[in-house]
Amino acid sequence: MRPGSMILVLEQLLNGLQYGVMLFLLAAGLTLIFGIMGVINLAHGSLFMVGAYAGTLVAGATGNFWLGIPVALVAAGATGLAVEALVIRRLYARDHLDQVLATFGLILIFNQIITLTVGRQPVFVAIPESLAAPVELLPGLFYPPYRLLIIAAGLLVALGLYLLINRTRIGMLVRAGATNRDMVRALGVDIRLLYTVVFGLGALLAGFAGYVSGPISAVQVGMGEQILLSTFVVVVVGGVGSIKGACVAGILLGVVDTMLRAFLPGLLRGVMPASEADALGIGIASMGIYLLMALVLLIRPKGLFAAGG
Amino acid sequence: MPSPDARNLARRIGLAVLVVALLAVPMFADSSSLSLVTRILIYSIAAASLNFVLGYGGMISLGHAAFFGIGGYVVGMLFVHHADATPLMGFIPGSNQLLVTVPAAVVVSGLLALIIGALSLRTGGVQFIMITLAFAQMIFFFFVSLKAYGGEDGIIVRRTNEFLGLNMRDRVTLYYVMLGFWAVFMLALWRVVHSSFGTVLRGMKQNERRMAALGYAPYRYKLYAFVLSGMGAGLSGALMANFLRFASPDMLHWTKSAALMTMVILGGVGSFLGPIWGTAAYLVLETWLAAQTEYWQLWLGLILLAVVLGTRGGINAGMARLAALMMRGRG
Amino acid sequence: MTGAVLEVKCLVKRFGGLIATDHVSLEVRPGEVHALIGPNGAGKSTLINQLCGELVPDEGAVFLGGQDVTAASVPDRVALGLGRTFQITNLLTEMSVRDNIAMAVQARMGRNFRIWDAVARRRALWAETDGLLAGTALDTRAHVPVAGLSHGEKKQLELLVALARKPQLLLLDEPMAGLGAAESHEMIVSLRQVAQATPMLLVEHDMEAVFALATRISVLVYGRIIASGSVEEIRANPEVREAYLGAEDELC
Repeated sequence: MRPGSMILVLEQLLNGLQYGVMLFLLAAGLTLIFGIMGVINLAHGSLFMVGAYAGTLVAGATGNFWLGIPVALVAAGATGLAVEALVIRRLYARDHLDQVLATFGLILIFNQIITLTVGRQPVFVAIPESLAAPVELLPGLFYPPYRLLIIAAGLLVALGLYLLINRTRIGMLVRAGATNRDMVRALGVDIRLLYTVVFGLGALLAGFAGYVSGPISAVQVGMGEQILLSTFVVVVVGGVGSIKGACVAGILLGVVDTMLRAFLPGLLRGVMPASEADALGIGIASMGIYLLMALVLLIRPKGLFAAGG
Repeated sequence: MPSPDARNLARRIGLAVLVVALLAVPMFADSSSLSLVTRILIYSIAAASLNFVLGYGGMISLGHAAFFGIGGYVVGMLFVHHADATPLMGFIPGSNQLLVTVPAAVVVSGLLALIIGALSLRTGGVQFIMITLAFAQMIFFFFVSLKAYGGEDGIIVRRTNEFLGLNMRDRVTLYYVMLGFWAVFMLALWRVVHSSFGTVLRGMKQNERRMAALGYAPYRYKLYAFVLSGMGAGLSGALMANFLRFASPDMLHWTKSAALMTMVILGGVGSFLGPIWGTAAYLVLETWLAAQTEYWQLWLGLILLAVVLGTRGGINAGMARLAALMMRGRG
Repeated sequence: MTGAVLEVKCLVKRFGGLIATDHVSLEVRPGEVHALIGPNGAGKSTLINQLCGELVPDEGAVFLGGQDVTAASVPDRVALGLGRTFQITNLLTEMSVRDNIAMAVQARMGRNFRIWDAVARRRALWAETDGLLAGTALDTRAHVPVAGLSHGEKKQLELLVALARKPQLLLLDEPMAGLGAAESHEMIVSLRQVAQATPMLLVEHDMEAVFALATRISVLVYGRIIASGSVEEIRANPEVREAYLGAEDELC
């Protein structure tokens, strides 16, 4: 392999890692909500969008990128708590069908509210200049520090969640809840409070992911659903209820998806005409994570790290 | 819980009103409402198919757009190859005959349902919902990237398929053709629901553990139901592509799956006529709201929330309750 | 070949550090009612679930009619003649008594992938269903939905449904649980009749029923069988008295 292509591979690996970290941030909350509350929440992507819009608009108005982060957290967290209190809480005892329909309704509502208040045009935020200019990681490998920062932040969150779940009382309840919901109830824990905390945490992670991914992919209506569908694949592959699964599967799928998109058309060009190779390559690449999911389902139907064995 | 008598009465009234009204529609309807009713008929085939796995079988599939869309694409692709006079994949001749394209669409969507079902039925619950959704999304991406068949733009079917020498460009003729397909489908579904298999399927929804203890292997029965349901959705898609003269990735989009599910729930899960009423309610509501405001989806979302949080059992259960009230009033 | 209908060899099941089934071996011979008794938490349900195929054991083997079914699924074991009742009644609650029994008969008759017949017109099915119902306490309740039955009636229906499958062996998981004195007596009479044709493994707390029905008793404590023998032998066994029967007063 030529050094130039080696650098290209490394660069795409980092891109994949960064995308994977994003997927993890969303999947972590989602998998806990599924695992502990048994609720399917299609509107998780809407929290991602709310965080992105709130942060981006404030950052744009004030010219301060960093101010966007707490704003995104507060907006997504508050929205999450409101959604939990007004809608989700009434769905715990219902079947999945009602949950799907109600949270689908929420998606429509959030998308329309954003369209009404902000408009259909995508909004943008500029990255601080210090983070935008690529730095040389290795000889010849230039990479934007902003993306590195996202990777670092995502890994920090993973570490934080790991500590939270393995070292604290809330974490103990979360773990117990993911394996055996009834047991936690039997322990006399205020299950409602636990649910609210978990949902709120999921909302914070989603809002954060939404804002920091804004400068990389466009902040627009529908951004939530797009990433939500990939997040579902992450949750299924990782195993419902497993943070570790969400982390491994998120990064795995992020890297696979990015690598396929970057290199598959090129590889296919070796064996077929360029235009066909591009079309086929992009086609297969966009199906890649789903095919991977099919493979995992064949081998481990409950996911790689299914909670409760 | 409405009594069986009340339910029977509601069903009979519903059926009688439905048959008479459907035959008479072209006499009263202008072209836009005729088109609306035709769409209701076609979509209700997909909704009833979804209800077969959802309401009778207890499988919450959020990926039925895949089967609906593939049905449409089979019609579209066969038309393209008929128009170009080139064989599909080198050996399958194209066709513009409804009696060829529709069975082909049903078979292809059944095969797709076999593959997707075989994989997704390996798990249940929340995973099943996400997996069916994900696979449908995969099919969506596949067709978006399939530039040979229009990619994002889809396939325009310049002329509706030919059928028994009828003038398919006439909207009234087309309506009666679609009504014919609809009636045949509904009668067939009625038979399946009340067959040996249909009975086992209903048992499966109520208590899978018990059914296994009786010796029924749940996986095989559920997979069979899933395939049958996929075939029905494929039929619906094939008819839709003929009616709209268009097949596009839009038919495969996940919001289409959610819309189909909404139709089923609006009408009442697990009742035979429910999906028909639900489809009508959904499409009429959508058409009316869209005429009122650009932001009709906001209202649709609010209505969905209200329906789920405020009521249980949908329109059909509401009608049965109404019938029960009438019975009480008489007795 | 021992000729046993059911043979369990050295079965082991662990949950984390806990050993729920500890090298259990037992058998049920033709004509036998083998009762399995033991205090709460002895691992009776865990054992039953392994025998009927809902739970996979970690070690050991299960044979049905001489055939190794250790890895077989629930429906496969049912096809080999295993029938069971559930401790907490497990019926098709939206369907009637008659439909519940018909579902079992239908399972035995097969041809259930037919989508073009009408179940209401399967004459043999309904004739046999009504034959099974005739003369039972539930005959007059045939069209009542299960949700409308009393607890005692549900327990009776559990048994009828299991019998409708014509099993070679019955696993009964606490058929007396929650029954009043009169209902218990009825159930004992029913079971004694069934026992004439069908060997059983009877898991039960009600010692009166066990002594009335069993031809052999095994005692399960902490996942281990501590004694096995005839009714008299078990009554006389000091270890059993200490471990289980002595505590009976406190249990009840």
